Amino acid sequence: MWKHSFNLLLCICLPALVLAQQKIIGKVTDAKKRPLPGVNVYIKGSYDGATAGADGTFSFTTTTTGPQVLVASLMSFQTQEQAINITGPVQVTLMLKAAMNELKVVTISAGSIEASNDKNNTVLKPLDIVTTAGATADIVNALKTLPGTQQTNDREGLFVRGGTGYETQIFIDGLMVRNPFFTSLPDMPGRGRFSPFLFKGTTFSSGGYSAQYGQGLSSALVLESEDLPARSSYSLGASVLGVSGGLDELSKDKKGSFGIEADYTNLAPYFNIAKPKQEPTVGPEIIGTSLNFRRRTSSTGILKFYGYGNWSRMGFKKNSIEYPGYQEQTDVRNQNVYTNLTYKESLGSGWRMNAGFSYSSNIDKIKLDTIKKSPVTNVHARSDLSQLRLMLTKSLGAFSQLRLGGEYQYAAERSEFNSYKVNYVDNYSAGFAESDIYFTPRFVGRFGGRLEYSTILAKVNLAPRVSLAYKLDDYSQFSLAYGDYYQKPEPQYLRFKQDLSYMKATHYIASFQRLSSNYTFRVEAFYKKYKDLVKTVPDTLTNGTGYAKGIELFWRDRKTIKNLDYWISYSFLDTKRNYLYYPYEVQPDFAAKHTASLVMKKYFPKITTNIGVTYSYASGRPYYNPNLPESKFMSEKTIDFNTLGLSASYLTTVGKAFTVFVISVTNVFDFKQVYGYRYSTDGLRREEIVPNAPRFLFVGMFMNFGVDRRQDVINNL
Amino acid sequence: MKHFLLLLLPVFAAVVTKAQSPQYQDAMTKQVGLLDVPASYNPQSMLDISNTFERIAAAEKNQWLPYYYAAYSQVMSALMTQDKDKIDGLADKAEANINKADSLKQNDDEVACIRSLIASSRIMVDPQTRGQQYGPESGMQIQKAKQINPENPRVYLLEGQALYYTPEQFGGDKAKAKEVLQVALQKYAAFKPASSIAPHWGEPHAKDLLQQAGK
Repeated sequence: MWKHSFNLLLCICLPALVLAQQKIIGKVTDAKKRPLPGVNVYIKGSYDGATAGADGTFSFTTTTTGPQVLVASLMSFQTQEQAINITGPVQVTLMLKAAMNELKVVTISAGSIEASNDKNNTVLKPLDIVTTAGATADIVNALKTLPGTQQTNDREGLFVRGGTGYETQIFIDGLMVRNPFFTSLPDMPGRGRFSPFLFKGTTFSSGGYSAQYGQGLSSALVLESEDLPARSSYSLGASVLGVSGGLDELSKDKKGSFGIEADYTNLAPYFNIAKPKQEPTVGPEIIGTSLNFRRRTSSTGILKFYGYGNWSRMGFKKNSIEYPGYQEQTDVRNQNVYTNLTYKESLGSGWRMNAGFSYSSNIDKIKLDTIKKSPVTNVHARSDLSQLRLMLTKSLGAFSQLRLGGEYQYAAERSEFNSYKVNYVDNYSAGFAESDIYFTPRFVGRFGGRLEYSTILAKVNLAPRVSLAYKLDDYSQFSLAYGDYYQKPEPQYLRFKQDLSYMKATHYIASFQRLSSNYTFRVEAFYKKYKDLVKTVPDTLTNGTGYAKGIELFWRDRKTIKNLDYWISYSFLDTKRNYLYYPYEVQPDFAAKHTASLVMKKYFPKITTNIGVTYSYASGRPYYNPNLPESKFMSEKTIDFNTLGLSASYLTTVGKAFTVFVISVTNVFDFKQVYGYRYSTDGLRREEIVPNAPRFLFVGMFMNFGVDRRQDVINNL
Repeated sequence: MKHFLLLLLPVFAAVVTKAQSPQYQDAMTKQVGLLDVPASYNPQSMLDISNTFERIAAAEKNQWLPYYYAAYSQVMSALMTQDKDKIDGLADKAEANINKADSLKQNDDEVACIRSLIASSRIMVDPQTRGQQYGPESGMQIQKAKQINPENPRVYLLEGQALYYTPEQFGGDKAKAKEVLQVALQKYAAFKPASSIAPHWGEPHAKDLLQQAGK
């Protein structure tokens, strides 16, 4: 009896004894049932657990019993908790869902190339924009190595996908910049005014861009200014062109900073040695200053001010094509002020505010003189632009976002030709609404519209914009974009005739992109329809037409060859337009059918020297020969365009200052470059339109005390 | 007297919350022991070890060491991995863990050392663009650790390592690296960890580096 009872007792107790050490086994997979190695699987609140092996299986013992929670966690996956009841050995299968981090989520990419330090998955980094040899620290020159852009180096601005330079609009922190370039002289386009180092992010859109931006038929270049510097620094520079100095002071509490910069440039000594094609009569001489102030107003708010003042003068003379034996002289004096004040703050419950104010003023005094032949023409032009912009954004769920905003611009355009004055004022207002809707983290749609009204045209326009993007895997995505874009005609036409309408372009874009940390591949096809372009013959009207279509490729490789980073871009462009004095639709004189660039950068650690090479090619452009019949309008083409830029920079330390010595040469092989021909009115004589200085040599030295900014200097070349 | 008791109350409370179970001591001793084995220093083993520390941390939310070691093994994995795409994720994880350790043990030199390593690991993703941002951050954390505890040998190991690997033109100095690493070894010789599971890593690595620097 006793024995029996004892056995019974044993039977009852046995499970309990075994329970003291139970085995938990199982397997972890992803949503597609592929095994996941490295998953941390454990009983919540205990130490008992294991790491899943290469086949996704795990096995461990636990002393816990009864109802427990099994946790499975792995980087870039959502942690999963599963209730289990431990009364004996447990076997479980767990499935983890991918976490929706930035890299996995699709982004709108059709038409745009972004360079940002804040985000990982961008085609370019801000430094790339300026580490381009031959770009001479000009943002626009650097962008000319990207797909979609033209090598139109004889005119001001960025020519994108069959559009003119005027059709690209530049924005700083959302605010439009009226005069982003230095004043141009004939055949000498002005470079960009703003240093690439002011910006932490650059988005170059060659079409299909957001409803946030307007008044650019072809392209938007969106620049986002830097926040606070990492620490205080001082800099000095000297080169064959001039001197510069600056300081950047970070406040003690590290919540504010201010900076001052000044530079003086004088090309006269350089031109005395390296005779340019046109003979300089004044300067060129530039005095520039800038001032900035930034303050974090709270953990989420920042106030930024940037002010820029610039004075320049230059004059050139050359032999007149119109009056043989005489010389033509052009003098320009320019004065430019630009200010930009922005404030960003979070308003709570998912709302953010972005407010901005900008005032700019540009004065050009131009003197045109055919010496001893005709009286001097004096042109005095002044444009003032004041603008206000407010944008509110609201997060909808994890990734979706709503943007609402409005802007107002007051523009006064004054000009005086000798004593003949033509002035006008435009009040332009716009409102926009746009939403990024994530149907799934891999599939996003952007739907928006923009409503604009300009008092000078006294017309309203409504521009719908739609983009879709679908991510095929972690690296590849496919995108589509459609949109209407309106722009006021250029001031030179509006000045004289105000009974015009908006010019219009409609974009259709399809693109595929594969982006990993070392390789980028991108292919994009587009079609753009132009309507209501300005015609000047027979009468000034907005009834011109046109189209552009093409395909573009981009390839970047940072890995295959050690310390070498290179990219290749190719653009095929088929465009025709009937505008200005054109008799019918033809390929315009600013557009080349084939454009390609190769950009290479290599670092040699042993000699701490960076070498950069940029080669660009464009097929010949049409030019207007007045001696041909109308049926052969723009039928002749210039020679192909080739250029190869080279730069080398050597890094060292002089005293306490980090120092860089730099040498850079544009058009190293002195390729002949002809952009077109200019004919005399009677058509008997013509001259080539060529660069004023076919090759440019730069030698300089930059010193920095404090933050190591030598990399900046190298990248400036 | 009553006053005195009230004063003691928080002390007791602290003792109670910091009390370590034998289970904790055992598990930590075993895991920290793994970190003393050179064979553990590969990206995968470091991740496995970090998983265990995370498990312990999840169960012992008032102990800073499990978070600290989880961060350490994750950042070591980030520094050793060949796959640049993984570095940021690991650095993020390490940062989350070290933040927790920081909130449990404020103003600690060992925590600052891990932060310096995290900043260094982020530079590796893209040295050209990130060097300017994270280089000074990494250096700043070493200085912070030195300020808190000038006797911590890991401070000199990290400092010497930075001097050794940074190109001369960017402020590196191999001769100076050697001097600093020698200081590190002296400090290691004098260093007594607070307990068997308190941070004490780095001495073999300092010796290796010094040998390399001597060549």
